[in-house]
Amino acid sequence: MNSSFLHFSSITKKIWMALLGLFLMLFLVVHLGINLCLLRDDGGKWFRAAAHFMGTNYIVKIFEVVLFGGFIFHILLGIILQLKNWLSRPVRYKVTNKTPTPFLSKYMIYTGAIVLTFLIIHLFNFFFIKFGWVSTHVPALDDKEPDFLGVTRYLFSQPAYSIFYIALIIGLGFHLYHAFQAAFQTLGLDHKTYTPFITGFGIFFAIVIPLGYIIIPLYFLI
Amino acid sequence: MRLTLKIWKQKDSHSKGKFVNYSLDAISPNCSFLEMLDILNEQLIRQNEEPVAFDHDCREGICGTCSLYINGRPHGPDDAVTTCQLHMRKFKDGDIIVIEPWRAKPFPVVKDLIVDRSAFDKIIQEGGYISVLTGGAAEANQILVSKTNAELSMDAAACIGCGACVAACKNASAMLFVSAKVSHLGLLPQGRIEAKDRVKKMVAMMDTMGFGNCTNTYACEAECPKLISRSNIARMNREFICAKVI
Ligand code: FES
Repeated sequence: MNSSFLHFSSITKKIWMALLGLFLMLFLVVHLGINLCLLRDDGGKWFRAAAHFMGTNYIVKIFEVVLFGGFIFHILLGIILQLKNWLSRPVRYKVTNKTPTPFLSKYMIYTGAIVLTFLIIHLFNFFFIKFGWVSTHVPALDDKEPDFLGVTRYLFSQPAYSIFYIALIIGLGFHLYHAFQAAFQTLGLDHKTYTPFITGFGIFFAIVIPLGYIIIPLYFLI
Repeated sequence: MRLTLKIWKQKDSHSKGKFVNYSLDAISPNCSFLEMLDILNEQLIRQNEEPVAFDHDCREGICGTCSLYINGRPHGPDDAVTTCQLHMRKFKDGDIIVIEPWRAKPFPVVKDLIVDRSAFDKIIQEGGYISVLTGGAAEANQILVSKTNAELSMDAAACIGCGACVAACKNASAMLFVSAKVSHLGLLPQGRIEAKDRVKKMVAMMDTMGFGNCTNTYACEAECPKLISRSNIARMNREFICAKVI
């Protein structure tokens, strides 16, 4: 990170933050699509095919790098912006602010921290296995590919893990709840007619996507 | 009304301040908030104590000089009013009222409840104007302005620069103020000519002054005594992107 990156104007940083955020939301949709294959009663055929495709396709591999870059920059920018925000009010108020604000909009850094925690745990549980950086006692498939279906089954068979997973996904939902509409506002995409729709869709997205993720551990638990 | 006031007292910008408690009796609910402080100050002067310093000028809600963070809200518990337009009927008998100055790095406390808001002036100096040669007044219909833009521009121009947006924002961001200025000029044909330069320079100065970043909590909009809309912030972002990219 060079100094010119830090010296981007506040709005430039926020625009990148919004663009990367929207890109990461798109990734959430793709990932959920793969996860939902687990619900098919086909002995994991679809899921394994999807995991194989994601693990071997070259375009996906390039995309993975972009995705990691997206995560890292979104997180770094979030931290840089937040630090500046804290420094902008060195003396706090005695009485906590009572101004009405949209639900959880003030707590993005904290809900973001929950998402980051989830991301790290998730990488250790799944993604790093692919590179052999983390070992698992679930044996690999015949073609040496990690058995992600087996790993999923193993993890979600533990109720404590599933509950923890669901709690973190709810945190993701809280983050998305404010993020979707805010990204459009930051990009200047505000319109008398469309903004209410964007806000409504943002709420829908923040509920449906986490619900989709939560269904998986529930499916394995029940 | 009987009231207990907890007021921030600070000798000057270098001193450490503290809260001081004051009691007031027989305050009429019809008093304005600043009149209530006048009564307190008269009482303090009679007792040979130093009065509380606070900013005020027009007392009509038009100059933006009054400030005060009252019980956790800039300009107090009423919506869409300045402190000078706030009345004591908004409080109850026996209430404890905590009064603090605006808190933001670019708004240092000068004395007690008075803060230095010249950071706003510096931002205005960067582009909150249009450059014209003075002369005879032009024919009014020579430059046509759409009704919609005229209205939006006038709405943005209602900003009195009081700083409540900064005071309310958890990040002490000045985006609502700057965006109101960028919008009110940028929406009119005369202001379009310098629009790109204006937004870049005003945003740069806003950052230099040390205001925080907007995180879209819209606390600014909720506390603005002139009901400046958040859509001005979106417009400024749009203007900024166009100025940088195109
Ligand atoms: S004193 Fe002028 S707006 Fe309050």
